[in-house]
Amino acid sequence: MSSVAEERSIRAPWALTAPALMLFVGVLLIPLAMTVMLSFHDWGQYKGIEPVFILKNWQEIATDPYYAEMFWRTFRIAILTTLLTALLGAPEAYILNRMSGRWKSFFLLVILGPLLISVVARTLGWALLFGGNNGLANKLLMSLGVIRSPIPFMFTETGMVVALAHVMMPFMVLSVWAALQRLDPQIENAAMSLGAGPVTIIRRIIMPQIMPGVLSGAIIVFSLSASAFATPAIIGGRRLKVAATLAYDEFLNTLNWPLGAAVATLLLAALVLIVVGSNAMIERRYAEVFR
Amino acid sequence: MRRNGPLALVFHAVFVTVMVAPILVVCLVAFTPEGYLSLPTNGFSLRWFRTIANYPEFIHAFWISLGLGALSSFVALLFAVPAALAIARYRFRGRDALAALFLSPLMIPHVVLGIAFLRFFTSFGLGGSFAALIIAHVVIVFPFALRLTLAAAIGMDLSVEMAAVSLGAGGWTLFRRVTLPLILPGVISGWALAFIQSFDDLTMTVFLAAPGTETLPVRMFLYIQDNIDPLVTSVSACVIAITMTALILLDRFYGLDRVLAGKGDPGR
Repeated sequence: MSSVAEERSIRAPWALTAPALMLFVGVLLIPLAMTVMLSFHDWGQYKGIEPVFILKNWQEIATDPYYAEMFWRTFRIAILTTLLTALLGAPEAYILNRMSGRWKSFFLLVILGPLLISVVARTLGWALLFGGNNGLANKLLMSLGVIRSPIPFMFTETGMVVALAHVMMPFMVLSVWAALQRLDPQIENAAMSLGAGPVTIIRRIIMPQIMPGVLSGAIIVFSLSASAFATPAIIGGRRLKVAATLAYDEFLNTLNWPLGAAVATLLLAALVLIVVGSNAMIERRYAEVFR
Repeated sequence: MRRNGPLALVFHAVFVTVMVAPILVVCLVAFTPEGYLSLPTNGFSLRWFRTIANYPEFIHAFWISLGLGALSSFVALLFAVPAALAIARYRFRGRDALAALFLSPLMIPHVVLGIAFLRFFTSFGLGGSFAALIIAHVVIVFPFALRLTLAAAIGMDLSVEMAAVSLGAGGWTLFRRVTLPLILPGVISGWALAFIQSFDDLTMTVFLAAPGTETLPVRMFLYIQDNIDPLVTSVSACVIAITMTALILLDRFYGLDRVLAGKGDPGR
């Protein structure tokens, strides 16, 4: 009897996961492998794609400075976006966490809600706010005396970073918020009773404890910003290319699929390395927090 | 716990304003009575909402998006519910690897997925078809469907199932009459979140859609690339309204923080 039951409990999980597993192997792993292979194929204006094995596309990416510049721009934008979300999102999560129940859940909805609203609509909003040199954003900043002359936002990296930071902000707030939930408010009170001022409390008590949350939020924001498509395409226009918009151009305008596949493969490989590497680093550095 | 000081509240006010501003601006411009982009300073008008009716490609794209979202989320659940039950209940070799594989579409950039699916489906002659869109969307919404179903399955009280078994229920009856009703809130929330993800996806879909199978975000994106006028703001306002409705329902029934963080604390 028991051996039958045991055998069932070995087979059951595989029987239950088999359909999903077949789906993932069939229409995720195989297409990804085909894309990597595609990046080694040849392509010509008139002959189309030739299924041979050559390093032509990879050589082109490695030698043409256009690609180095484009990848550097992609990662520069992602890094600046990550910094901006961390510098603004972490304090906001902290402030949010100290609000009373009803306000807290209301503002959490307001800040996290945009996550589910179409990126196209959100970026369109920024395009409207930026709109040339006399856009609303510039008018407001100038009337407040923050800037003297209008900042060009449209078709610039500045504009891309601002709009991307807005799109990615909920991920950072959410991640820091999760870290704050694990924090014991009594520690803060204890520090205060021992004479620590607000600056000391934030620097010595709060910061070290929410740092893992900030860092894991940073990884999410960085990898999503580096591969973002809609915002760079709408704000950056046709000339300011990042990896995702360049790959799109190669696939749907130039029709040089192998080169586009090489760009996409490189982006994927770089992101996997960065994400896995920094995850491992964070877990080693903050092992006690994750225990 | 200490209260927020005045400086913190000012920061908070500015932060929230900036978060809401772009969305609010789109909704306001949509009501402009003018023929160009402007904030409605003298009166609101539904003119640009009525204009949508003259653009059948937007309406067609809306139905494509709706059908695609509803169908792909449903199909994703057909695969995700059994997988979630297996991962929640059994400790077997390869369980962690399997869970990682199932959540991997969250980590892979959508631009890479778009390219991979375009290459894959074109080689089968399915490029640009609705069937290809469905399969691709099933894969990208699967993690969302799985995560919420998994949270419900982990939080489920197994003794109810044992009671049913002791009363002679088994197999399909057990699933349909006991297990499914117990995990249903998670399954429905998973469907709703998966639907929103599918409905909003641009980056992957833009590679796969062809004229005739363009989804609403793709249609909007292609339109914006040519010119930005009040029409696209009124379409966006409609999309925002639909998402907000789904959002408020999700928050009421399940809690938005739980949906987004994917945490499965059953004691709520």
